Amino acid sequence: MSLSRKACVAGVFEHPTRFAPDKSMFQIMAESARGALEDAGLTIRDVDGLCTTGIGMGGMGIVGFCDYLNLTPNFVDSTAIGGSSFVAHTAHAAAAIAAGLCEVCLVVYGSTAASSRFAIGTGGGGGGGDPCDQFEIPFGPTTVGSYAMVAQRHMHDYGTTSEQLAEIAVTMRLHASMNPVAKYRDPITVEDVLASRIISSPLHLLDCCIISDGGGALVITSAERARDLKKKPVYILGAGETVRHAARGRRDFLEIAAAQSGRLAFERAGVTHSDIDMAMIYDSFTITVLTTLENLGFCKRGEGGAFVTGGRLRYDGELPINTDGGGLSSNHPGMRGIFLVIEATKQLRGECGPRQVRDCRIALVHGTGGALGTRHSGATLILANQ
Amino acid sequence: MADQKEKKYSKPLPFIDEEMRPWWEALQRHELYVQKCRDCGDLRFHPRALCTNCLSSRTEWVRCSGRGTVYTFTATYQNQAPGFRESLPYIMAWVELQEGLKMLTNLVECRPEEVKIGMPVEVVYEDVTPQVTLAKFRPAR
Repeated sequence: MSLSRKACVAGVFEHPTRFAPDKSMFQIMAESARGALEDAGLTIRDVDGLCTTGIGMGGMGIVGFCDYLNLTPNFVDSTAIGGSSFVAHTAHAAAAIAAGLCEVCLVVYGSTAASSRFAIGTGGGGGGGDPCDQFEIPFGPTTVGSYAMVAQRHMHDYGTTSEQLAEIAVTMRLHASMNPVAKYRDPITVEDVLASRIISSPLHLLDCCIISDGGGALVITSAERARDLKKKPVYILGAGETVRHAARGRRDFLEIAAAQSGRLAFERAGVTHSDIDMAMIYDSFTITVLTTLENLGFCKRGEGGAFVTGGRLRYDGELPINTDGGGLSSNHPGMRGIFLVIEATKQLRGECGPRQVRDCRIALVHGTGGALGTRHSGATLILANQ
Repeated sequence: MADQKEKKYSKPLPFIDEEMRPWWEALQRHELYVQKCRDCGDLRFHPRALCTNCLSSRTEWVRCSGRGTVYTFTATYQNQAPGFRESLPYIMAWVELQEGLKMLTNLVECRPEEVKIGMPVEVVYEDVTPQVTLAKFRPAR
């Protein structure tokens, strides 16, 4: 059974806040849900499915949010695989709709990461009580450190440079300058990135995503239902998801989850790389973008350094990436997957103003969650406007 | 004396569960092990009760030479975690053991600018508390 074109993104909303010490996590989520439902032309009474997870939530947070909004959905999914979760939720919602489990599914995220002063990237790695954590936490793991070790290996194997990684950050800032709600909008140069302090070698401060508050929501519904709604439907063509980890001590650090989730998404969508008009690639760190592009097959392994230079990733380039400014410049409230789907949807609807990608018909979304060199997840979606 | 030492060590300590205890006890004897499946022969690290290849519980411990090479590394200049925030920068690395398996560790007795991928390293045992010994690595001598 193919999922292709059975379900649509019918409504999206990105909460404009970047700092909200006066709001709770559930408030940001609920305001985002309201925005997405208004965008779709639906009401809370139409909702019969809910997907959410979050960094500030307990294990049963989804039930708590149902309580907050007085929801009693027929389908719930709280898949928690890090920042990519909401990309996976979108696919799960589409599958649930295609299978008749629900008809209108909200995917929601919200966080007060900045105002609660979470040290997401450098807070000690978030080691919990999982058996594998005992072999890591004594050595001082951090999220940025895990990605840094992928970057170090990439540089060693392929001669990738800090200048090449910096170009990704510079491009994201250019895009942010065209996004009125982006947190950081002043242009930066490659030299600025290289002059910023090293957080975890070889990654500089400006190779790292920002920390903001924020949230967002999506309304997913059947293609049939979406046809009569307020906005032009954005169809889900294909999806894939998987994880990578230490592989019992045999991990290849440059082979990431995107290789598998991307291949599945392309196969299921029945499109090829040349069909992709723009991509939203989770940019927790500059290296995340480079290695994701390689693993998705936009360039060969080792060629990412050259691929990301020369303006290719600009909104007016050959493969526009993260036109909202990404996690590097626009927003990163702990997890960012939801914003990838939101911006891709807006691009496919032609709503992006000065940063609009010309003739944008098919978009790819890839979320990475967790720690790239340790345990991480990848979720890929391919979306189209017809 | 033991109490004093415990107080002094402020970095996060592993939560050692019963399944992994033999591995940690071997470290206290300054011995490093990986596991081998007695049925299919697959080597694995970190330790766990079942072979990931065939799910057999029949396991033997294989003593490591304690030698390996740096697979990748990072010098960390920012970490809020207690113990680490006072000892910046420190070097984290994945070391590829001679036995072919990678493990996360710290590189010690060297400066960040001296570390190279592929560099030969050897294990050093740090008795950080009376209950916990960590396997760290230094440039091979």
